[in-house]
Amino acid sequence: MPLRRVTFNFKKEMIQRPVIYELGKMFEIVTNIRRAEVDHDDGWVVLELEGSIDEIQRGLEWVTKQGVEVSSLEGDILAG
Amino acid sequence: MSVNQRASDHELLLSLPARLPEVMCATPSELRGPVEKLSNVQSLRCKECGRDYPQEPIYVCDFCFGPLEVIYDLHAASKSMSRESIQDGPLTMWRYDQLLPASREHAVDIGAGMTPLVKAENLGKELGLNNLWIKNDAANPTHSFKDRVVSVAATKAVEFDFDTIACASTGNLAGATAAHGAKANMNTMVFIPSNLERGKILGAAIFGSVVLVNGNYDDVNRLCSELGDDRRWAFVNINMRPYYSEGSKSIGYELAEQLGWRAPSHIIVPVASGSLFTKVFKGLNEFAELGIIDSNNSKMHIAQPAGCSPVATAFVDGQTHPKPVIPDTIAKSLAIGSPADGFYSVEIANKTGGSGTIVPEPEIAEGMKLLAETEGIFTETAGGVVISALKRLARENIIHPDEETVALITGTGLKTLEAIADQVETSTIEPTIGSFDEIVMGTAVT
Repeated sequence: MPLRRVTFNFKKEMIQRPVIYELGKMFEIVTNIRRAEVDHDDGWVVLELEGSIDEIQRGLEWVTKQGVEVSSLEGDILAG
Repeated sequence: MSVNQRASDHELLLSLPARLPEVMCATPSELRGPVEKLSNVQSLRCKECGRDYPQEPIYVCDFCFGPLEVIYDLHAASKSMSRESIQDGPLTMWRYDQLLPASREHAVDIGAGMTPLVKAENLGKELGLNNLWIKNDAANPTHSFKDRVVSVAATKAVEFDFDTIACASTGNLAGATAAHGAKANMNTMVFIPSNLERGKILGAAIFGSVVLVNGNYDDVNRLCSELGDDRRWAFVNINMRPYYSEGSKSIGYELAEQLGWRAPSHIIVPVASGSLFTKVFKGLNEFAELGIIDSNNSKMHIAQPAGCSPVATAFVDGQTHPKPVIPDTIAKSLAIGSPADGFYSVEIANKTGGSGTIVPEPEIAEGMKLLAETEGIFTETAGGVVISALKRLARENIIHPDEETVALITGTGLKTLEAIADQVETSTIEPTIGSFDEIVMGTAVT
């Protein structure tokens, strides 16, 4: 199954919501957290997603709609 | 894949050939012969958990997904590296190959490095700085510092026996990758948004294959991330990134050598991903550890445009991790909204007593103009960010007048002409002395 490595960036209002749990329940995606830092004001989680390409795409679109910023693990590739 | 909020509905229309052209001659590594020496590299090491990995085309730790960095055996390097051995080397960045992840004998070298360090007396007077230097990396072969990083990435790509080198770029990286791909006799895949200015497209296309992608920045990011997973290509800033980024250290080495074997008090660096910022500092630290310079006490200053300032903003706000932003700046070469090395840049700026400056967009062109009018150096927009940041640092007395200060100019203004279109004035006259006197000299004959 395809794997995708991403970073979720959480704003203050999203910190208490179990978005990653919901992602795994709502979509056929296995989530695997590798690194994270969360405090009162914000947080980020580096994780691996396993699932079909289409399902991961749908899942990430849903996460983005919830207000979580998603970025690729390597950051922006397109350079000046 | 990048799926942040910049995603649009643009359809990707890719002019990618159905299959890569067959290479009808020897592979690049066959042309160059076997690699006999791997410099003084000890390993790749995860910057987060410290796990070591062998030299391979990998860029993240399998365990924690932290970024990998090249680690050197400095003890071994100290036996063969000295000020004298460096000065006996070629007049390129490869004179420092003992601290690069490849040896100069096999380097894909089009002459990057050893760019001028100019004493900026006129600009210094303007800003009240008596010891100001400009490191002019626009003097590189494709007119930006990207030649340094791509020279290393291309060299490693050959060493790893890739036949294709690739990147995604809106400017400087495209030209550098295409030029080095040509020199290395490799297939080249340079992905550029199709709406980029024609001059920038042609500046890369002259060296070889350029692929125009119909879509926004995110679309190109996503496509290249997927291609990076899908194809066995050397993507300079993905799977070659640990090696690629090492090329930036050569700026730090050169600064020390050109200043007479010492680190300056202040270095102002334009920040995009943050890689350049961290590597200039790493280079100076390595020189200090080897005893080539006495110490590295440089204060590292972050310069970013207001339209894309996640790293400078994190510094100013006292945060450790920059928050991703949607870039909206005329400094296209700094338009990295999700900076891979942002965290490490903030850490270094804090550790060294440096700073983070957010330059208002209108001040970018002013900075370009100021440098051009005082020192005769035409910088790209990123350089305008640096000069305007420098001006603020001098005004706020963060840099004292007699402290040795270096501002990094990373690319030429010829690639960003549109930024200064309404900043310059010209006169048009009739081909007569009278017209010249009247319009230019303001001394019309009555």
